[in-house]
Amino acid sequence: MVPLSSYLIVSAILFSLGAAGVFLRRNLITILLSIEIMLNAVNLTFVAFGRFAGDVDGQIITFFVMTVAAAEAAVGLALVIALFRHRESLNPDTFTNLKW
Amino acid sequence: MPEALIFYVFSGLAIVASALVIGQRNPMYSVLLLVLSLAAMAGLFVQLDAPFVALALMIVYAGAIMVLFLFVVMLLNAPQEDALTWDRAHPLRHPVVTRFGTVLALVLIVELAYALMRGNDLAQPVGSRASGDLVSSVRELGRVLFTDYMFAFEATSVLILVAMVGAVLMARREGEQS
Repeated sequence: MVPLSSYLIVSAILFSLGAAGVFLRRNLITILLSIEIMLNAVNLTFVAFGRFAGDVDGQIITFFVMTVAAAEAAVGLALVIALFRHRESLNPDTFTNLKW
Repeated sequence: MPEALIFYVFSGLAIVASALVIGQRNPMYSVLLLVLSLAAMAGLFVQLDAPFVALALMIVYAGAIMVLFLFVVMLLNAPQEDALTWDRAHPLRHPVVTRFGTVLALVLIVELAYALMRGNDLAQPVGSRASGDLVSSVRELGRVLFTDYMFAFEATSVLILVAMVGAVLMARREGEQS
């Protein structure tokens, strides 16, 4: 059997990869994808702990995380489209002003 | 031993695909690699006795959200990230700031590793405490979701409505009368 710590280590690695993507990449779409990676790493933790404890609460929370991820993707992509229309760029360094 | 082998194959696939998502310059490849990573994670969920979560992940995440990302990448004509256009004089690119951030990230990794090493019963096989019958049947999931988590479920509908209105409002062209 695979121990619980193995799942937690995989989840930690995936979360760190997502966080590194948010900090390192200079492309708004890649940053949003990195956030999705982080959300999924947390999903894996919830399901692994739920299986460990023997109840379904972990899976239920996973559904809520998925819903929030869908809402976040919709709003985030709408923001990306609105920003791209203004500056013709996806580099977050070009969006340093709150108003132009 | 096949269980451990399946775990290592799927987790390795998920980690490699996620690393490649970050390493790609072309956002189109990033989105497609993330779909691969999600498929590997669905395999992990099946191994954790959560087949419904795995299916929802594939249908909702890989099928709907990633297609939305693909639409936006194609709509914006996917400008490639160019290292030459980076703003080197940006205050956040100052060497002191980047070194501070690197130290913080290393502290995070060391902390996570320390916490995982110290856990008391983390080395037990996952699922050792589970009761005999299959707890994660769809019937049980639905019962818990619509009774114990009723309020959270209803709040989710409000969240989706707000997100929909916000997305429509922000993606609208300025000065356009609707």
